[in-house]
Amino acid sequence: MAVPRENAPPAERPPRREGSGGGRRQYFRRRKVCKFCEEKIDVIDYKDVRLVSEFIAERGKILPRRLTGTCSTHQRALSEAIKRARNIALLPFAAGI
Amino acid sequence: MRIYEMIFIVRPDVADEEVQKLITQMEGVVASAGGKVEKVEKMGRRRLAYRVHRQREGFYVLFHVQGTGDTVKEFERRLKVTDTVIKYLTVCTDEILKRAEKFKALRAKQEAKRRRSKPASAPPAPPAPAETAPA
Repeated sequence: MAVPRENAPPAERPPRREGSGGGRRQYFRRRKVCKFCEEKIDVIDYKDVRLVSEFIAERGKILPRRLTGTCSTHQRALSEAIKRARNIALLPFAAGI
Repeated sequence: MRIYEMIFIVRPDVADEEVQKLITQMEGVVASAGGKVEKVEKMGRRRLAYRVHRQREGFYVLFHVQGTGDTVKEFERRLKVTDTVIKYLTVCTDEILKRAEKFKALRAKQEAKRRRSKPASAPPAPPAPAETAPA
C-alpha cells in the first residue's frame, strides 16, 4: 500500500486506491501538492497540451482541485488555459468515447 | 503597445507554399496596422480535438505581435475573410508575462533570504567550500 512520502513526486492524478472499498481510512493518503507550485511553472500555457491535459477528465471536463491538489491560484489560471485550448481545438469541449 | 499572441488554424489541404504566402501576407497586415511582428511560429499540422468546418486536422500558425487594439482588429478581420483559415484566437499576454516576472523575482528574493539565514543557524553549508575549492 501507499507509504507516506515527504517529497512526493510532482502531483499526479489523485490516488485512487484499488483496495479502498472495505477499509475506512486504512491507507495513508499521499499529500497532494500543486504541480505548478512544485515545478515552479509560472505561466500555464494553453498551447502546452501535454501539461494541461493532465488536468482534464476522460470526457474533457476540468478536474476539480480536490482531485488534483492544485492550489487555487493555479486552478484559476489552469481553467483559463483549458478554456483557451478548447477554443482553438487543442482540447475537446466534450470528448466522445 | 501591448503584446499579443495570435494563433490561427489553416485548412490542412492547403499547400505549404500557400501557408507561407499567407504568413508573409499577415506579417504585412501587422506592419501596416502599426504593429510589430516579434516571432512567427509554425506549430505544424495537428489533429483537431473536434471537427471544425468538417476538418479533422489543421495547420497551426502562431504570431507573437506587439501592437494596439487596431492591429488586432485588422488582423482578425483579415483572418475572418480568408477562406483557408478555419479558426483563430488572440490572447493578450503582457499582463501574464508581467505577473510571471513578479513571481520569479519574488522567488529569487526568497531563495536569497533562505540562503542568507541558513549558514547562520546550520554549520557552514557544504556547497560553499565546494565552490571555493576549485577556484
